[in-house]
Amino acid sequence: MLRFLVRRVAFGALVMLIVSLVVFILFYVASDPASSFCGRTCTPERKTQIKIVLGLNRSYPRQYLSFLNHLLHGDLGTSFVNRISVNSVIKSGLPATASLALGAAVLWLLMGIPIGITAATKPRSVRDRLATLFALVGVSLPSFVVGLMLLNLLFFQLTTHGHPWFPPSGYVGITDNPLQWARHLLLPWFTLAFITAAAYARLTRGSMLEVLGEDYIRTARAKGLRERTVIYKHGLRSALTPVITLLGIDIGTLLGGTVVTEQLFGLQGIGQSALNAVHNNDLPVVLGTVLVAAFFIVLANIVVDLLYAVLDARVRLS
Amino acid sequence: MSETLVPAQPDTPVTAAAKEGAVVARTPTQLAWRRIKRDKVSLAAAVFILFVILVAIFAPVVCHIIGQSPTSQDRGDHGLTLDGVPVGPSRYHWLGTDEVGRDVLARLIYGSRISLIVGVLATAFELVIGIVVGLLAGYYSGKTDTLLSRFMDVVLSFPFILTALSIVAVTGPSLWVSIVVITFFGWSNIGRIVRGQVLSMREREFVEAARSLGAGDLRIMRKDLLPNLVGPLIVYSTLLIPVNIVSEATLSFLGLGVVPPTATWGNMLAGSADGLYRVAWWYLTFPAMALVLTTLAFNLLGDGLRDALDPRADRVLATK
Repeated sequence: MLRFLVRRVAFGALVMLIVSLVVFILFYVASDPASSFCGRTCTPERKTQIKIVLGLNRSYPRQYLSFLNHLLHGDLGTSFVNRISVNSVIKSGLPATASLALGAAVLWLLMGIPIGITAATKPRSVRDRLATLFALVGVSLPSFVVGLMLLNLLFFQLTTHGHPWFPPSGYVGITDNPLQWARHLLLPWFTLAFITAAAYARLTRGSMLEVLGEDYIRTARAKGLRERTVIYKHGLRSALTPVITLLGIDIGTLLGGTVVTEQLFGLQGIGQSALNAVHNNDLPVVLGTVLVAAFFIVLANIVVDLLYAVLDARVRLS
Repeated sequence: MSETLVPAQPDTPVTAAAKEGAVVARTPTQLAWRRIKRDKVSLAAAVFILFVILVAIFAPVVCHIIGQSPTSQDRGDHGLTLDGVPVGPSRYHWLGTDEVGRDVLARLIYGSRISLIVGVLATAFELVIGIVVGLLAGYYSGKTDTLLSRFMDVVLSFPFILTALSIVAVTGPSLWVSIVVITFFGWSNIGRIVRGQVLSMREREFVEAARSLGAGDLRIMRKDLLPNLVGPLIVYSTLLIPVNIVSEATLSFLGLGVVPPTATWGNMLAGSADGLYRVAWWYLTFPAMALVLTTLAFNLLGDGLRDALDPRADRVLATK
């Protein structure tokens, strides 16, 4: 188990090293950071000066090593535009992004898993077909289309008809006002949850169908257990293993920034900061968010693998 | 069922045998085609996709017929109201106008081109890279496999939208950047599928037979392994096209895709998201419908193809 853990963490570290190298090449070698720091009105003298101050006149390997050194000390650099440290940009964006991702995850699990189970327990019935249709529609809908529809119907139409239940944008901290926090996040949660729930319904249905064909389910039925006990107690437990895997990776991905949803609902999260940074040509902020997002994905993968090893002895021993 | 695979005797006339209700030989392709023909939903989806493709190819002709252009602004009363608000569907602009008085229908028609070009080209590139890497990893296994599989893991560790953002930040947005970015993130999924299939096929008798007859690695991959991958790859590419169409629309929506004034479904929806969804329902509804119907059609067709190309699927249809 310990060896497995060490191997996974070592590979994760290697992935992060490669990611850092790729973003370094992308931002320091393939593009011109001194120019973007300098802005539109730039003189050659000023650019040379900037190169010296930022250490861009050194060789690329030395620049990379110093970049890596800063990273290892947890320093992601400083924004070109407003000279704020990238760490604080990400720290200020994390609450909104995490609230959005985790809240939406709860919602899509509550939607996706029951739909998947009902579909699997009666394959090829009307409700199975409805569930399949739900999954197909959900997979086909881009998040911004769902978000725009919700904004139109639940914010705009309701508000113009005198029911201002849902605000169109903004984020309120959970510690400031939990009620307003939830109220502001409801539409973004549903936007994210609806499209993701479809994939979970599909996955749950598939894995549940597989599990229900296993011998031990037949044994459980032969013992005379009630169908409900068979499905929920014996079937669901193993059917949910792939769902947990997907959940871990999805949450990891979303923590790195839910760009579209944040943009649509004006939530000042990590994704929004990254998008603004791209439009302002603020390379260090873009670079920092990419690294943080990759870190969350790598971390989620390790956690999921470990969880798998705990749940399934065959993985641990291989 | 009459589709049981028992070869007909070569000397029996097939048509006569069919009339007597005897067993008829059918190739897997024929079987798949028969299943697809029975599946009305897939057929409808295929017809819709064909319609979109034709509209995209003949976009200039169609726009000439409706008498509108995707980029010219209607400066009269039919383009924008006096307050500068878009005008809804009318007999001048069938699907209304956008924020600067351009015809929404014409822009939708031209937008289909971008969606299809990116959707199809990115999928094609992903297929090529995925097949090559997957074949090599699955066939040679060992160190090659470890290296290539780990490489695929690394690619999958990059956050899609954020990395796309950063690449666009460096290169500036364009059609080709969109295609390259989408391809870069998509091929490893195909690579994994191909690798898995090849791994299980590698030890099978027909590969062993080919090897013992002296076939080289390349020949085995091309003549023995690849043909067996066609089924799953057709299904998977049909399901990948809508994913890529949505990715392109997302990039355009965020202002990182094809540059305006070129019309894309994504940047039309971005215009709508800019507050116009409150006053111009048509500017939200029609682009959204175009995008969703197209992706849904591809997904429905992909699902139908999976049932049709999977030999085990016959049971499912038969129990109906």
